[in-house]
Amino acid sequence: MAMTVHCDIVSAEESLFSGLVEMVIVTGVEGELGISYGHAQLLTALKPGPVRIIKQGGEEEVLYVSGGYAEVQPNMVTILADVAEREIDEEAAQKAREEAAHALHQAPSEVDYARISAQLAEAEARLRTMQAIRKAAGK
Amino acid sequence: MAGGKEVRTKIASIKSTQKITSAMEMVAASKMRKAQDRMALGRPYAQRIRAVIGHVANASAEYQHIYLQEREAKRVGFILVSTDRGLCGGLNINMFKAAIRDMQAWSERGVDVEICAVGNKAASFFNTIGGKVVAALRDVGDNPQANKLIGSVKVMMDRFAEGEIDRLFLVSNEFVNTMSQKPRVEQLLPLPKEDNDQLKHDWDYLYEPEPVDLLDGLLARYIESQVYQAVVENKACEQAARMIAMKSATDNAGELIDALQLVYNKARQAAITQELSEIVGGAAAV
Repeated sequence: MAMTVHCDIVSAEESLFSGLVEMVIVTGVEGELGISYGHAQLLTALKPGPVRIIKQGGEEEVLYVSGGYAEVQPNMVTILADVAEREIDEEAAQKAREEAAHALHQAPSEVDYARISAQLAEAEARLRTMQAIRKAAGK
Repeated sequence: MAGGKEVRTKIASIKSTQKITSAMEMVAASKMRKAQDRMALGRPYAQRIRAVIGHVANASAEYQHIYLQEREAKRVGFILVSTDRGLCGGLNINMFKAAIRDMQAWSERGVDVEICAVGNKAASFFNTIGGKVVAALRDVGDNPQANKLIGSVKVMMDRFAEGEIDRLFLVSNEFVNTMSQKPRVEQLLPLPKEDNDQLKHDWDYLYEPEPVDLLDGLLARYIESQVYQAVVENKACEQAARMIAMKSATDNAGELIDALQLVYNKARQAAITQELSEIVGGAAAV
């Protein structure tokens, strides 16, 4: 049996997951990270994107987080998400992406540009999570 | 014996007070449920981030963030979380007492005390007794917004970062259950270390991105979440305390009405008896 590590995922609104996992895959600001038992201590900020949890026994679950922090100790992983979602409204995400992409072309100032591109990144991350959820379900 | 008329008006006035207190009790009960839910939802995040920060404080990091540095205390700051309104029993005053005890202990050692007041009650109380209130947030409302709180908390965090204050404490009420709330004083800054033997050895995190940016964000988030959670918890305490206070006020009004009713009935009976004996006496004379 694969070694497991305790994982907690909380957002400001609720606790989304707490239990033993074989591996958890998060989107850090400097790239994707797969964390399993015995990982070195690590502290990272998170980008909007999917969090894939491979639970004890190989079952997979995918969540969306909009950013936050992850702390890794050899025997536990804590993910502090700003906002986390289990269900994603695909239509809304698609629409948000189109609107953001459209607005980006006519952004009047630098500040707006940064804000809109953050929105765009979030919408795209949502859609990526959507695909990951489908893949996990289709397996 | 008091006249029947006066007693009757008194009973009527107590009855209308009782109506108000019992309505307030019911309002507080329904608000309490919502406030308790909100408190329960925020709790896991506050606990987890506190655990993470406990680890961070134990790390023997190359880069020591200013929030982690222990300094000799020359001036200390208190964030006091109180309610906006009164009529909630001894909730605020018990908390103020606990805070003042702590402040006195600091003052005796020659340490200045600064206050950041959240909620109307703390602001007006410490202004009256002559505390040094450097920041105040009034009218928090039933639904505290994190971004409204940040402003006044930021004042204290900045003062800590600039070296104006050397310790920062958070004073609020802890929700034990509906019947009991306990004042609690905890240290926010510098970050308290978690007592854990596993973390005593020499180790450090891998940081992504650089520790400077990362810790700035994470530690600010930590303080915000702790203060927000304290405010939300204090809201639940406020509603619970108000419910209990209003319940006992309603009960007391009931007792008072019963006692007055007895007085009124006695007076009425005495008047009737007197009238009868007068009629009987009058008839006998004729």
